[in-house]
Amino acid sequence: METGTMKYEERLVFALRALYRRFGYRQFKMRKFEEYDLYARNKDFLISDNIITFTDLNGKLMALKPDVTLSIVRSGTDADGGVQKVYYNETVYRVSAAARGFREMAQSGVECIGAVDDFCLAETLMLAVESLRTISPDCVLDVSHLDIVSALVDALGVGDDVRRDVLKCIGEKNPHELEALCRAAGADAGAIADLKQLVQTSGAPAQVLPALKAMDRAPAAAVEQLETLTAALDALGLGDYLRIDFSVVGDMRYYNGVVFKGFVSGVPAGVLSGGQYDKLMRKMRRSARAVGFAVYLDQLERFSSEAEDYDVDTVLLYAPGTSATALLRAVRALSADGRSVTAQHTVPEKLRFRRLVRLDGDEVKIIEQNA
Amino acid sequence: MNKTLNIALPKGRLGDKVYAMFARAGFECPDILEENRKLVFENAALGLRYFWVKPSDVAVYVERGAADVGVAGKDILLEYAPDVYEMLDLKVGKCRMCVAAPTDFRDDRRRTLRVATKFTNIAAGYYASLGRDIDIIHLNGSVEIAPILGLSDVIVDIVETGRTLRENHLEVRETVVPISARLIANKASYEFKREKIDALRAGLARGTEGTEA
Repeated sequence: METGTMKYEERLVFALRALYRRFGYRQFKMRKFEEYDLYARNKDFLISDNIITFTDLNGKLMALKPDVTLSIVRSGTDADGGVQKVYYNETVYRVSAAARGFREMAQSGVECIGAVDDFCLAETLMLAVESLRTISPDCVLDVSHLDIVSALVDALGVGDDVRRDVLKCIGEKNPHELEALCRAAGADAGAIADLKQLVQTSGAPAQVLPALKAMDRAPAAAVEQLETLTAALDALGLGDYLRIDFSVVGDMRYYNGVVFKGFVSGVPAGVLSGGQYDKLMRKMRRSARAVGFAVYLDQLERFSSEAEDYDVDTVLLYAPGTSATALLRAVRALSADGRSVTAQHTVPEKLRFRRLVRLDGDEVKIIEQNA
Repeated sequence: MNKTLNIALPKGRLGDKVYAMFARAGFECPDILEENRKLVFENAALGLRYFWVKPSDVAVYVERGAADVGVAGKDILLEYAPDVYEMLDLKVGKCRMCVAAPTDFRDDRRRTLRVATKFTNIAAGYYASLGRDIDIIHLNGSVEIAPILGLSDVIVDIVETGRTLRENHLEVRETVVPISARLIANKASYEFKREKIDALRAGLARGTEGTEA
């Protein structure tokens, strides 16, 4: 397909789709709204719990979908052995803090549901890195393992409310508040020291993994899994894009295991986010395992530097009474090489054009040439 | 690729103090000490760009990536909850977020407490944690006057020395949270300017060592 006339975001969606299809992912299409119940039952899973609702003709409360994953999980059924691999390009409706109101946001992503093994995890991480590279070569994927984080937080032996604040500090890379909080809660000094180290540990896998292995409280199986996965990506030449960083914390009631977040230079917030969500599957009474990620296309609106210098290539002026046939012919001739043409009586105000021409009888005369 | 580190500092006394800490940490920009009205200062040799902004705006500049790092009070971070890394307690600009009331105020728990404050989220969160119903009155300044005029029962505000409170016949009833200046970083900037930001954090941490928390 000709992609030259597409906008940056459209080209990006196109490239991502090709990437996901290449690795056997099939497109998942869904409707714009779902029963509100689905979201009400899983509110904490959503990035924002504000939802646009309306009542359908049958009296059911419906919602414009604020999330894609829940719909995909709900639509599937568990099957032995295999994995269901889907990708999507959808619009979600969420509250945006920046807009102080609801916003329509474009999102692409993949979900891999079923007998998820280390290969599926490695493939998902690879697709995440490749998705980022499609946006910009200057990109980074931060990878964390929630089994490590939760083992270290468990070792503190603190209550649920302190635990929530501790996780917030981990997400903020905030060792000073973390220490004060844990000390006030009477946590074990060794456990606090380990957790502080974890918060400040971040960097290339080769640097971070040895430190993690030396940490007794970090579960060996999880550290090993991080090593296996990062080594697999390294073997593909993608290792330089990976960082182990434990500030990536998802809600532990839904996520488990490997979680990650992607950044590209020039965009101030994360543009990709994902991880394993076996716990969400259990909550939705599914026995399969699952992993996936979303690319936040709305974050990329200002990323592309392509600004159009002109609104239109050619403005074709014609006098009232000009033959419609002659005019149509002229428009088609001027646009035959793919350039845009608008026929007008007068030049519209503030319209930026490359050239201005006039139709004189059957002849096109150039009046002004800007580029 | 632009690897200049953009640093937002709060205008005013705290900013001057903080800049001195940055300079001691090896992140100096001598132009900044000149007396003029410029807001942006650059040290091209070190790849640094400093700019002065209103203290309450620092977190906005950092969250949106116009600044890679900045210094903001914990009060602002709690009130606006920006999505940034809070990397270091600089242990300067220390004060407390407090509940203050007229010296003769007696709290009647049967009534909804009227609270005047500039920090509505902090106040709401604090009273929610106590399970107390309150009526929040948002004010933009001179909060101390609210209880005097009967607009509110108490105020939630920053207390440094307590002098303003005393002069208005108010006293601290409870401390909500201690406040100090924090080094914050944009989450994406940290990924791409990690070495510089880590070096800055380490340099500043050395400077604050031994300072009482």
